[in-house]
Parts: sequence; structure tokens; C-alpha cells
Amino acid sequence: MITTQIAVIGGGPAGLQAALAAAQQGAKVLLVDDSERLGGQLIKQTHRFFGSEQQFAGSRGIAIAQKLEAAVRAEKNVTILQEATALGIYEDGVLLVEQQERVMKIKADRLIVAVGATERMLAFPNNDLPGVYGAGAVQTLMNVHGVRPGKRVLMVGAGNIGLIVTYQLLQAGVEVVAIVEAAPTIGGYLVHASKVRRAGVPIYTSHTIKEAYGQGAVEGAVIWRLDENWQPIPGSEQDLAVDVICLAVGLSPLSDLLWQAGCEMKYVPQLGGAVAVRDSHLCTTNPRIYVAGDAAGVEEASSAMVEGLVAGLAAALSLGLGDQQAEQQLSQAREQLTALRAGPVGEKIRAGLALVEKGVSADA
Amino acid sequence: MLKSTGIPTPADLAQVYPDKQRLERGPVAIIECFQSIPCNPCATACPRGAILPFADINDRPQLDAEKCNGCGLCVVNCPGLAIFVVDMAYSEKEALLKMPYEFLPLPQPGAVVTALNRAGQAVGTGTVIRVQSPPAFERTALIHLAVAKDLAHEVRNIKVEDETDEAR
Amino acid sequence: MRIRKHPILEFKKGPRVTFTYDGQQLEGYEGEPIAAALHAAGIKTLSHSHGQGRPRGFFCAIGACSSCLMTVDGVPNVRVCVEKLRAGMRVETQQGKGVLR
Repeated sequence: MITTQIAVIGGGPAGLQAALAAAQQGAKVLLVDDSERLGGQLIKQTHRFFGSEQQFAGSRGIAIAQKLEAAVRAEKNVTILQEATALGIYEDGVLLVEQQERVMKIKADRLIVAVGATERMLAFPNNDLPGVYGAGAVQTLMNVHGVRPGKRVLMVGAGNIGLIVTYQLLQAGVEVVAIVEAAPTIGGYLVHASKVRRAGVPIYTSHTIKEAYGQGAVEGAVIWRLDENWQPIPGSEQDLAVDVICLAVGLSPLSDLLWQAGCEMKYVPQLGGAVAVRDSHLCTTNPRIYVAGDAAGVEEASSAMVEGLVAGLAAALSLGLGDQQAEQQLSQAREQLTALRAGPVGEKIRAGLALVEKGVSADA
Repeated sequence: MLKSTGIPTPADLAQVYPDKQRLERGPVAIIECFQSIPCNPCATACPRGAILPFADINDRPQLDAEKCNGCGLCVVNCPGLAIFVVDMAYSEKEALLKMPYEFLPLPQPGAVVTALNRAGQAVGTGTVIRVQSPPAFERTALIHLAVAKDLAHEVRNIKVEDETDEAR
Repeated sequence: MRIRKHPILEFKKGPRVTFTYDGQQLEGYEGEPIAAALHAAGIKTLSHSHGQGRPRGFFCAIGACSSCLMTVDGVPNVRVCVEKLRAGMRVETQQGKGVLR
């Protein structure tokens, strides 16, 4: 059995910042990540990030991943387990991890669940054909492995992910035939939309995909228009010759570990699905377990990083580590989150958080 | 409507364009950013304080056109690639645009390229005067493009012929 | 299908290796996911659904969805979207759930 003070599950922006913050307060940290490379979704993000200097605004996601990874590896107090999958969180803070077909038991005083979110699926005929891919999958193939997903893409969804992945496809030399968005307006940042419009990619709002077709793989898609009640309009069909249909229709927090650990959960559509009830320090109803990043509610990388700071600092402080400076840093991090969420695009998140933020729990 | 097309309308642009007098004096940044989002690297990047420091990170950028000299640093630092420099005083017949570009192939100075408007439609041609892509710009190239004056407020992108098949 | 030059990224690949896919010899780069090498070679169908035998390719590319299970060197149900390619690997489409030996 491996003992540690703080086990961080997930090495993306939230997990890396949490590990860093906790280690800097003197905690012994174990970072567990199931992927070959640290950085989570950051390693696929070629675009420059938003937010402010404190969240590395202006830097490309890939550069932020490298910075955070280097900082974490430089911390003597952090042990990193890679290609290691967390299997479950048990009583007394025991975490089971599988790595290369071996199962390990880890005893941790605190656990920070920063496992991110998963892509949502869309139901339409032939949505199981090879060629229908999640947006994250397209990014992985293109930006991590250097392989184009196809030649002509239909992008479903004009949220930030749909718009950003469209731009990345263009950069990879792939044609994006159209973006369809079921809502009457574009959901993502308008500057992302403007970038792809001036590259010649049309955005059809109030449109969705009716069906995919092809022999053995996607050869085309039929899209159609929706009326004011979001009902498809028969006769408005358009046929598009594409070999890739990329689904960017939202993310859902990966809540399995938290359910399994017995944390109180709540279904909150504004946050993407079922999330853990938590206090303002991101501690769940199990006082050993904290949550940060998209696993706490689907948002942005900038807020994921700051949530990681909050959880890492709070977890360390709860163990008696850290001092007044740490308390101040925690307070500043919480202010950063408030600032990031204060504008109109933060309204949905604020509404969601109001439903899951509570006072501190009872004992485990 | 911008929210459903992704393309700013003349009314949107009127909000951010400096007045005609200032435009005719020389290069100035046009910040085509119309949405309140948490983002402020433009203000941090400007060495002259021409983009006023943000009181709230969700504020839209405010440009002091008198302080701006059109250097283009904000252009390559904007995560949304939403800023362009327009120099109406470039020559008698042409304006000089500075725009961000993140595609391959990069055009060569002297090349004549297709000029695209905000909807990606070809509206004419432009001559590439200079391509700046130093390490400090972290792979966002700054393209200096000369276009006929009547295209200066329309052209926001280029199409480069891919003869070497570089992008493939 | 492989990106030779990218405006932002540089791809560090391992050495070029050969492997077989249903008996056919293919090439890829050591250490990349098997699914990436197959995709680069134009192979999009990785498995078939158990009930109706519908073709399946990858979907999530991150090892989470079970759409890409193939038999590799005799071991069934390998997630080829995360399994790394090695020289001489024997990759086969499997029928149904494969056979555990």
C-alpha cells in the first residue's frame, strides 16, 4: 500500500494546478493520470487561451500544458503515476489504481477528483458509422497524432468546441463544409465564429443533422432546418457530401468516482450533468474528497486551473499545512473565479453553482 | 445579426471604428471584439497603453486611438484573432492592413493573394508587403497586406495558393 | 492522411515500423496508437457490432467508448485507439467479443 497525503486523480489543467498548489504547501502528493501524457485536454489545444495573465491568457493550450507539467515534475513532493486508471475510492480514503495490469492500493488523507468530462452523443440514423467522431477524438487524431480525420467535415455544434475544432481542422488542411447549430444563435465566443466565417465556413443556425449515410463509412449527411419550437421542417433537407461528421454537442462531467465514493450528487443541466454537491472550497459531502475542473462542472480551462488551485490549497490547509499566505492565496483564487464568471457568458455557470454550493458536510 | 452569423454588421463595426480623421492620419488598430467575455491580453500586450487597462476582465476593450501607432502587437496576442491594423495613409491608392495569420503556406513578400471579406468571399486581390513571424509571436504571423483603399474596411483574410502542397 | 507540415504543431514520431492488419502488411510509427496508423492507411472500420454486424470505427479516441476493440497479437478486446504500435504487431478485426485465452 502506498501512503500519501493528497492524491490528485487527473493530470489535466485542474489536477496539475491542484498538485502544484498542494505540493508548494509541503504536502506529499500523488498524481494519477490515465493517459500517456500529462496535460489532459490542453495537449490538443493549439489556440491561444482567454482569461487573464494569471490563467496564462494569450498562451497556447499546448504551451500551458508544458509549463504546468514542468512545474509539477520539478516539485520533489509530487509522485506521478501515468497510464494509471483510478478504479474506485473506498472508506478511509483508500484509492484503487490499475497500472499495467497491476492493481495498487493507495491510502490518502485527501483526494482531489479532477477527471474532467466526456463527450456527449447525438442520436440520428447511422450515427454509428465509421466517420462519426467526437470533437475531442478529431483533436486527438489531428493534434496529437498528426493524422487527418478525413477530407470533408460536417461539424455539429457551434459552441466553443465546435468552432475551435473547425478552425483546427482548417489549420490541418481539412475542409469543413458546414457547421450546424440547433439553436438560433451561436453558442461559442463570437470571435471564434468570426475566424471561421472569414475562412469561408458557413454556420447554419437553427439547423441539425437528420441522418448520416454511407456504405461501411460516412459518405454524406443530410441536414435540415428547425422551426421556433426546435422541430425539424420537412422539405428543408440539404445533402452534404462529407466523410467525417464531428459531434461537438456538449460535455458531461465524469462523475463515476464521486458516485461510487458516496458523495452527494445533483443533476444540474447548467453544469453539464450530475455533479457533486460541494462547499466554496470545492470539498464534497465527504470531507476527504475535493472536486475541481470539468468534473465539478463543465466550464473552461481557465476556471479549471483556478479551481485546481482552490482545491489544492484547501486540501493542504485542511491537513494543517500551509500558513496565512496560503489562506490569502486561496482567497485570491476564489476571487479570480468570481471575476471569470462575472460577465454575461458566466450566467449559466453562476446559476448552476447556486444549486450545488453548500456549507460544509457532516463527517465521513 | 452577429450572434447568428458570426459576422459583425456595419452597426457593430461603427462602435469600434475610429473616426475618419484618425483613420486618414495613419495606422490604427480596429478591435473587432463585440462580446463581453473574460479576456484581456490585448491590454497587457500594448506597449503604449493605447488599449486601456481593464477594470473588469469581462469588459470590452477600449482603444485610445491617439496613443495607438498601429504596431500590431495586440493583433498577434489577441486569442480571438479579432484585431486588425488599418493604415489609410499608406499610399495614394492603397491602404495597408496588418492581419493575423495561422495557416500554411505562409505567403511570400511580393505575392499577390486573393483578398477575402468577413464572410470568406473573394473581393479582390492584395499584395503581401511583409510577413512577420518572429519567435516572440509564437506562430501567429502578422501579414502586412496592401489593398485598394475601397477594400480596406472589408478585407480581413487572404487565400494563398498552395503550389508546394505544403499544407498537405 | 498524415499531416506533413502544420502551422502550429510539430509531430515527433518514433521510427517507422511494419505490422500486419488481417494479414496485410502496413507501416506506421512506433509508439503511436494502432488506430492512428490504421487511419493513416485509410482503414476506418475497426470492428463490427455484436448484434447486427454494423461496421464500427473509433469514436472517442481516448480509450473510453469501446468502439475500437480489436485483437492484437492474439489478445482480444484491445483498445487500439490507445494501444501503442510496436514493430511486427499482428492486428486483427475480431468477431464479436473475441476469445480470452
